[in-house]
Amino acid sequence: MPREIAMWEAINEAIRQEMERDSRIIVLGEDIGKMGGAFWCTQGLLEQFGSSRVIDTPISEAGFIGMAIGAALVGLRPIVELQFVDFFGVAWDQIYNHLAKLRYMSGGQFKLPVVIRAPVGGGYGDAAQHSQVLYSIFAHIPGLKVVAPSNPYDAKGLLISSIRCDDPVVFLEHKLLYGLFYLPPGSFGEVPEEPYELPLGEARIAAEGEDITIVGAAYTAYLAEKAADRLREQGVSAEVIDLRTLVPLDKHALRKSVEKTGRLLVVDEDYLPYGLTGEVIATIAEDAEAFKALKAPPARVGNPGVPVPFSEPLEKAVLPSEDKIVKEALKLVEA
Amino acid sequence: MSRVLLSFKSYSLAEREEKLEAEVTRELALSFYRKMVLARTLEDELKRRYESFEMRGELHLGRGQEAIPAGVCELLSDRDFVSATHRCIAHAVCKGLPLDGIIAELYGRASGVCRGKGGHMHLASSSKRFLATGIVGGGIPIAAGAALAFKTLGEDSVAVAFFGDGAANQGTFHESLNLASIYRLPVVFVLEDNQYAFSTRRSESTAVESNAIRALGYSMPALEVDGNDVIAVYTAAKWAVERARRGEGPSLLDCKTYRLSPHLEIVDTEEYRPEGEKEKWEKLDPIRRLEEQAVELKLASKEDFEQIKAEARKLVEEAFQRALSSPLPAPEEAFRDIFSGE
Repeated sequence: MPREIAMWEAINEAIRQEMERDSRIIVLGEDIGKMGGAFWCTQGLLEQFGSSRVIDTPISEAGFIGMAIGAALVGLRPIVELQFVDFFGVAWDQIYNHLAKLRYMSGGQFKLPVVIRAPVGGGYGDAAQHSQVLYSIFAHIPGLKVVAPSNPYDAKGLLISSIRCDDPVVFLEHKLLYGLFYLPPGSFGEVPEEPYELPLGEARIAAEGEDITIVGAAYTAYLAEKAADRLREQGVSAEVIDLRTLVPLDKHALRKSVEKTGRLLVVDEDYLPYGLTGEVIATIAEDAEAFKALKAPPARVGNPGVPVPFSEPLEKAVLPSEDKIVKEALKLVEA
Repeated sequence: MSRVLLSFKSYSLAEREEKLEAEVTRELALSFYRKMVLARTLEDELKRRYESFEMRGELHLGRGQEAIPAGVCELLSDRDFVSATHRCIAHAVCKGLPLDGIIAELYGRASGVCRGKGGHMHLASSSKRFLATGIVGGGIPIAAGAALAFKTLGEDSVAVAFFGDGAANQGTFHESLNLASIYRLPVVFVLEDNQYAFSTRRSESTAVESNAIRALGYSMPALEVDGNDVIAVYTAAKWAVERARRGEGPSLLDCKTYRLSPHLEIVDTEEYRPEGEKEKWEKLDPIRRLEEQAVELKLASKEDFEQIKAEARKLVEEAFQRALSSPLPAPEEAFRDIFSGE
């Protein structure tokens, strides 16, 4: 029975239901047990599954991510919570040299069914070391799947698929979508109670349109949907593509949409240089049909390459917003 | 102005002697010998062929350090996990990876243990629960994680992390010792102190005289071990492995040894070594040490050693033949194994 829940609740439910189904799943991270997670997502798990499966760790990200790898090599299916994605740096060697590569380097002998969940994003005044999304850093490394849901329904289905996947998945949850009272606006929506999977590698058409394709992921997909509503009022029909997974990237959906609309606006909260927006635009540029369909050069909205500042007007100047998307889309359509 | 006298609590270290008894049978002594000689014979042959550029990439050999993997792996089965380092050939041999698969891997052949995707620093076997990593300190938390899984699953397996004195200055060493200690994990940390991280002496890089001291900071027992004495390594490892299997938690074995090989073949000129140092350690060669001990304990004779050496030469020769008859991988193989189902 669908009922309306917040994204953090959908994530919590996905983990709980999967742990009920498969005793090989363990959860580890900082403050995930008694505290239930800094962003609430592991609430109730310690009480239900005990401390052998829900493991509070010291602040040793390299240590406990390395442990998740070792546990996976001999048969467990660990879910690791990195309290903020920004903390990945101290554990990066374990992630990109070990987790991502051990399957390949062993000639396919080892499975690495590890999910690293991490809250991402800014927009609430947490400054440059707690506000990044870092999508493209993870997506750049071969061997990692990268997921970034924009709503509770997708979050539950994609997380269940990620947990059941035999490959490492970096599952990035935007803090402004969790639905926590102190982090508005939050994403709320209908979510079936029973477990279900959503395929990794399929984008979602969040709105259908004819004049322009707007591409986003997680919070920028959420913003793009709102922007599309406003554009519609101004007589512009925007198609919104919510990527949902960055690796694998749904190139087919991107090309099909651009062939229809002829205009492309890519929105990202990440740093623009060498990032997601460039990858999406290259996907179109490399495809003869989609490229020919372009009526105007593609455009992008994102962080131009600035550490996310603390003070509100400064942060707003750097991060994407509904207004910036509407403005850029109108420019593209009028060009 | 007034003077105030304050008192503080302070801690100091004290070393003490730990006595462990070893039972060495003829069978056990010959098993140690077989492992060490097989590793040495393989490495010698690899060195010879590498010097004529038969293999690509670097080559890190571990002449003189064979007693450590031989003594530890004597206590392990295929159900136990080992993480090893870039200098992993002897460890792979002692953990039972097939010789021909190891050789084929070094030659980049399709039948290599990693199908030619790993090379000599990254030998791996899922069935033998063996993984080597080329990143110094990278395998230490991974072994702790395998131990966590054994504990969670109720398996009586143990995990062993082999690493060098260089790795003891990585954060992963300290994080892993702490994690293993707080969760009482069945893991043995085996530090191979060959006194050099490439060219940097341990005494110049490490604030303590012996890394065994560092275990105290993690409430973990540690033993300093003569790493060139396979009987001592085995005895210490038996203590560590058995207490891990009994659920008594992790321990650190700080095995003192010396790398008679350069850090890597051909490139390393070893100018960093003081004169006469290597010659001194050559006299402590663990293979010769075991020969002397076994004769003294009347467990084996010269004939036994000659026979085992001949067997090892034959095994290595045959393994080379099998390995080199394997084809190179097809280029398409490069695009497989990134993700499952590919």
